[in-house]
Order: sequence, then C-alpha cells, then structure tokens
Amino acid sequence: MNNLLEIKNLYIEAFYEEQWQPIVHNISLDLKRGEVLGLIGESGAGKSTIGLAAMGYARQGCRIASGSIKLDGKELFGASQEDLRMVRGSKISYVAQSAAASFNPAHRVIKQYAEAPVHHGLMNHAKAEKEAIELYRRLFLPSPEKIGYRYPHELSGGQLQRAMVAMAMSCKPDIIVFDEPTTALDVTTQIEVLAAVKEITEKMNKAALYITHDLAVVAQVAHRIMVLRNGRLVEMNETRELIKNPKEKYTRELLNVRSLRENKTIHEKMDVILDIKDVAATYTGVDNVVEDINLTVRKGRTVAVVGESGSGKSTVAKVITGLLPAIHGSIKFLGKELPRKLKDRQKDDLRKMQMIYQMPDTALNPRQTVRQVIGRPLEFYFGIRGKKAEDRIRELLVDIELDPDHYIGRLTTELSGGEKQRICIARALAAEPELIICDEVTSALDQLVAEGILDLLQDLQNKTDMAYLFITHDLATVKAIADKIVIMLQGKIVEQGEKKEILTPPHHEYTDKLLASVPEMDPDWLDNLLEKRASTFI
Amino acid sequence: MLKLLRQSPLSARIGMGIVMLNILVAVFAPLIAPHGETSVVGDVWESSSAKFYIGTDHLGRDLFTRMIYGGRNTIALAFITTAISFLLGSFLGFVSAVKGAWTDQLLSRAVDIIMAFPTLIFALMILSVLGSSIPTLIFTIAILDSTRVYRLSRAVAMDIEVMEFVEAARLRGEGLWWLIRHEILPNALPPLVAEFGLRFCFVFLFIASLSFLGLGLQPPLADWGGMVRENSGAITFGIFIPLIPAGAIAFLTVGVNLIVDWFLHLSSGLHE
Repeated sequence: MNNLLEIKNLYIEAFYEEQWQPIVHNISLDLKRGEVLGLIGESGAGKSTIGLAAMGYARQGCRIASGSIKLDGKELFGASQEDLRMVRGSKISYVAQSAAASFNPAHRVIKQYAEAPVHHGLMNHAKAEKEAIELYRRLFLPSPEKIGYRYPHELSGGQLQRAMVAMAMSCKPDIIVFDEPTTALDVTTQIEVLAAVKEITEKMNKAALYITHDLAVVAQVAHRIMVLRNGRLVEMNETRELIKNPKEKYTRELLNVRSLRENKTIHEKMDVILDIKDVAATYTGVDNVVEDINLTVRKGRTVAVVGESGSGKSTVAKVITGLLPAIHGSIKFLGKELPRKLKDRQKDDLRKMQMIYQMPDTALNPRQTVRQVIGRPLEFYFGIRGKKAEDRIRELLVDIELDPDHYIGRLTTELSGGEKQRICIARALAAEPELIICDEVTSALDQLVAEGILDLLQDLQNKTDMAYLFITHDLATVKAIADKIVIMLQGKIVEQGEKKEILTPPHHEYTDKLLASVPEMDPDWLDNLLEKRASTFI
Repeated sequence: MLKLLRQSPLSARIGMGIVMLNILVAVFAPLIAPHGETSVVGDVWESSSAKFYIGTDHLGRDLFTRMIYGGRNTIALAFITTAISFLLGSFLGFVSAVKGAWTDQLLSRAVDIIMAFPTLIFALMILSVLGSSIPTLIFTIAILDSTRVYRLSRAVAMDIEVMEFVEAARLRGEGLWWLIRHEILPNALPPLVAEFGLRFCFVFLFIASLSFLGLGLQPPLADWGGMVRENSGAITFGIFIPLIPAGAIAFLTVGVNLIVDWFLHLSSGLHE
C-alpha cells in the first residue's frame, strides 16, 4: 500500500536571538492508511511543530527550512498558499489540545461543524448536519440528534473534545493530526476521547498522527511510536516492541513507572498537624461547594486529596488557608483552633503553613529575581537581611538542587517551568513550615520534570519531617507519593484511608472508576477496559 | 543607567533632545528672553524682524519672549498636575483592587459621580467657587484627571491581583502597602507609563480651554495653550502666529511620547 504521508529529512527553523536556528532536525516519517503514528516527547521536543508541518504549516516565527512533505503524492513544501488551503481541512485536519478555546462560543456546535464542508463545496448545509449527527453517534456523544444544537459552553470538556474530533472529520480527510487531545481532561473523560479516536482510526480506516507527552496514552491508540527529544528522533518502533524493549536510555526513562515510595505507617500517636472537622464553605452564600470535610494530616506524612476537576479539592485548600472562610466547622492547626479568616490569623501560624501552586508561571512575580523571591519570607518572618540572608538563600538553592551562582540573580521569567516550581518550593521552605499544601504542583510539568519535583519533595520531607497536603487529579502521582488518600466527588469526601486500604479492593464505586481510568503501559488496556465496561452495561 | 542611555534607540534620543531643549529653555527663561514677559514693546501682530524674531502678539508683546516664558509655565504646570493625578489615581486604583469589597465600591462610585459631570463644567464650578490661583488650578485638574487614571490602574491591578504570586504574598501575611509596592506596581507600570505620556499632553489642552474661559492661568502670565486662544483671531487675517504655540505643544508632545515609547519597550520586555 502506498504511503499517505511521507516526510523526508525535515528541518524546521525558528527565529530567535536575531537568527534562524533549527528546532527540528532531520525528521523522516511515513504513514499508511489506517495507521496511527504516535509522536511523544517533552514540551519543546518539536512534536507539535512536526504535526503542523505535516499540513505544510509553520507557526509564526518558524519556517520549514528544507526537506520534503508529500501528502498523497503531492509535495507541500513550497506549495502555494492557495494549494495548501485546498488541502487543509479536506485532506488533512487538525485537533487541538484545548477544544474549549478552539470553538467559537457564539455559534452552535453543529454550525461550526458544517462550516468547512460547505465552504469547500462538498455538500450543502442540511447534508452536513445529517452527517454530523451520524458522526456524533459514532463518537458516543449522548443524544447525538440534539447535542449539536447546543452552544460550546453547554458541553463538558470531554464532549467538546469529541465534537472537535467530529469537526475535524467533517470533510472526510485522510489524515487527522491529534495534538494532545486529552491532556486537559480528567482521567475518566480521557477514556471517552481515546475510545472516539480508536473508533475513527480503526473502523473508518483513517490515518492519524497522535501527539502527546504521555506514553501510556499513546500506547492505547498508536501502531508505531516515535520518541522525540529537542527536535531530534530518539527512537522509532512498533508500539509493543518499543514498550517491551526500548533501545534508548531516554525511552526507558519515559517508560519507568513511577516508583512507589516505601510505605510509612501512620500511628494514632503521631503528632497531628492539621485536623479539620465538619467544614463547609460556599462562594455564593446559597449552595455549599464543599461539605462535611473531615481530615487529619500527621507530622512527616503526606495526605493526597484526589478528585476530578470541579470536585472541590482546591476549595478545600482555600478554606484551610483562610482565603475562603469556612461557614462552619473547625480547623485545628498544631493543636490550636485557627480563626476561619486569613486576616485574623497570627503571623507565625501563616509561616507554618505554606502553599505551592499548579502554575509556576503565575505563582512567581515576573518582575522579581530569585534572590528577592526567596529572600522575602526570610526577611518577613525571621528578620534576616543582608549577608546572612544571602547565605541562607544560597543554602536553600542548594537544597532544591539548583546552582546558586547560576540562579540567584536571575529574573523568574528567565527560568523553565521545572526551575520555577523549584523556586516556589524554596520560597515555601524559607518559611520553615510544618505543613505545605501542594495544589496540583506537577500537572503543568512534563513527566520527567514532574518526577524530579516529586523526588525533591520526598527528599525534603525525609530531611525535615514536614507534612504535605497534596491536591491532585493524577492518580499516578498519588500512588507515588501519598501515605493517606482522600477521594472527593462533588464537594464531599467519598472515601479516605491509608494508601494500602484505598488501593486494594474492594473500593468505593467511584474510587474504582477513578482507579480503572488511569492508563496503564499496556497497549491492550483500553480495549480490555472498554470491553469490560460494555459488558457491565448489558 | 548610563549604559541604558547609550543603548537607547534613535527615536528615544530625539525625544530626549526635544524634552531637554524645552526644559533648558524653561529653566533659563529670564536669561534667554530678549524682552520682559508682560511688557508691551511693539505694535499688534507685527511680522518677524530683527527686533522681534517671530513677531508680536495681539497686545504688541514680543512673541518669542512669551513663548519662552509660556513654556516655563506650561511645562511645570502640566508636569506637576499629571504627576499628582497619577500618584492619586493609581494609588487609589491599586487600593480598591487589592482591598475589594466595600472599599472598592466606595471609591469606584465616588469616581463615577465625578466622571458623570462633564469635566469642563466641573472644573468651572470648582474654580469659580475657589477662585483661580495656580495651586487650585493644579489640584482641580489633577483630581479630575485622576479619575481616568484610577479606572485604568484599578483594571490593570485587578488582572494582576488574581495571579497566584499575589495570593502567595497574602498568605504570607503581607500588608497592603507591600502588595501594592512590590507585587502590583512593577507589573502595572507599562500601561500606566503609556497613559502618562498621553495625559501629560491633554493637560495642556485642558488648561488652554480653561484659559479661554478666563479661569486658567491668569493674564498677563503666558502659557502656550492660552496663547493659541488669545491669538486665534489672527488666523482670519492670514497671520500664522497662533500656530507657533500650537506647534510648540505638538513638538513637546511628540518628544515626550518618543521617550515613553522607548520606556514602554524596556519595561514590557517587548523586543522587535
């Protein structure tokens, strides 16, 4: 069979520091009908750039420098804008990471579906809508006849992503480029989208490029996987072969399932750091966002609060810190009842409870240097200034495994995501806290970087015996770091207990669903799961 | 600082040149000016000659001298006014963004009330009650102008206030002043600086309108805006005299904005 897509010796350059510099080096790939090729790597690996290049497109400030991109025998490199426009959408289409941002909020979903085929002159509006409904059915969207007539904000994230996949299919292209279609979704909704992707590629015989940073996800849908790093090919192989015996060290690192930490037992006698009883809170004054929250955190231990987005886990953090005062219940911190409001709390209590955020980009003031960021809590809580502060900042930088000479004078905007997150940790450490609340601290980071952060947090806990309250939706993180797990659903705690108890069956029904939804490094996992779920429905 | 100046682009240097020239002339006005600020020395609207470089005004005063003194009054007045309006407006704007709740309501509604009056009417009202002296003039215009600065800085600060680094500072227990001075101000500076350049020029024009109505800078003191108004009748006789002070305003405005543009580039980290 002929190759549908053939890319040969592709070089892509970006313009920075006043000159064109290569960001994709000598990539070649081919794709046959009915085949899915997975592109995997960390951010900056060039996977999206390659995905877009397959459509003959380069982002602003980038250019395709040399090589050949043949789509169905037609050369796209150097093709005219008019020719490219004819191809895009009708021969090859693109599904972006954030469906919510890709839909126009002012138009109904199905109208946006119909736009491309009508524009390309393939069919009239009525026919397009009919086909849309058929596709919605095939992609397992609920009430496919009606759902298209809703506005984008009336659909959930997973539904919207599937509607977007349908939209990409509207002109019956031969190839679809999926660019991280599930990254922004919860594990339970991720499955719906993955099932939709599989449906399209297997049953409709389309080819696809599937871009992601999650090897477990790509293993479910791809036939072959290409591992990329810094714009270079690391390794390419059949999915099963790549997972069974990876040749390169980097691939092995990506494959390494996060190591479970040794189980620390929790004794009744251990010092209780934080004790929350019957807490409820509300934003509107009418409905409670969280209710009946009871949890305890003990010295030197990690409690993970898990749930999907909207389950109220971040709200719990806000209530504990006092940003959102609880409407009833008690918060005991180090044996002392804390006032509910932030401004009524003592400076020393604030010091002992620190917070690390999900987005290190917004958690650091872009106008401050590393020295200022870490120096402030030192000065504020302990009155340390000048030479002494400088020494202490350097010590802290060593603790978070960054070279003091290299980093101390830098602006926070000059750091990478992982480095920023380390600085956030140092800022928390500087206050010498008893408890750190970590709100999704790794979800904005690449897998290997995230692992580095988790390792660091682990080491620091072993050294200083701090307690962590770890808020996350990522069960792999939980397995790796938690001693105790609290599972939340719709503002309430559905189950909590020691890690062992929670992870070994029998689970609560929701816990079961949540655990089962985490992709495993097994190419058959999705098929088995879907089969199992289908049988339970019948 | 010196290094920064050396790296400045041509446009900024031109701007700095213009502003420096204006400032020098303003400072050394009594030394440069050939005649007295208010002395009538010739005929009405004489054309330029060796005695009067650019002619005389509608009362027969030397226009060149008036331009020099006018620059002195106008620049000082406009600068002080804009500075006060920015200090006041941005401080209150930041406070209401950080404090929120009823502080924000109180300040914002008060500003709404002031803005509901046409500025000129409002200024007329205050000035006719208090009388037109230079300090009242400065404060009246500054307060009226600060409402616009308030709206801008509140909006900018609101955007910054929701960032997690501000939340982190709050959780640390930082006070209002620290939040404003260290977390919000440095990030709010670029739009405020751009606005400063614009407001600075509007103040000239506002003083000019007030002068026209007899409530601005009181004659015989010279100011550029006032001079445009005083001599505006000359245009009907084909005499270009009112264009000279108007040109001076435009010249300085361009100069200030060239510097502001450069500063904006520096502080926003934009590189083109």
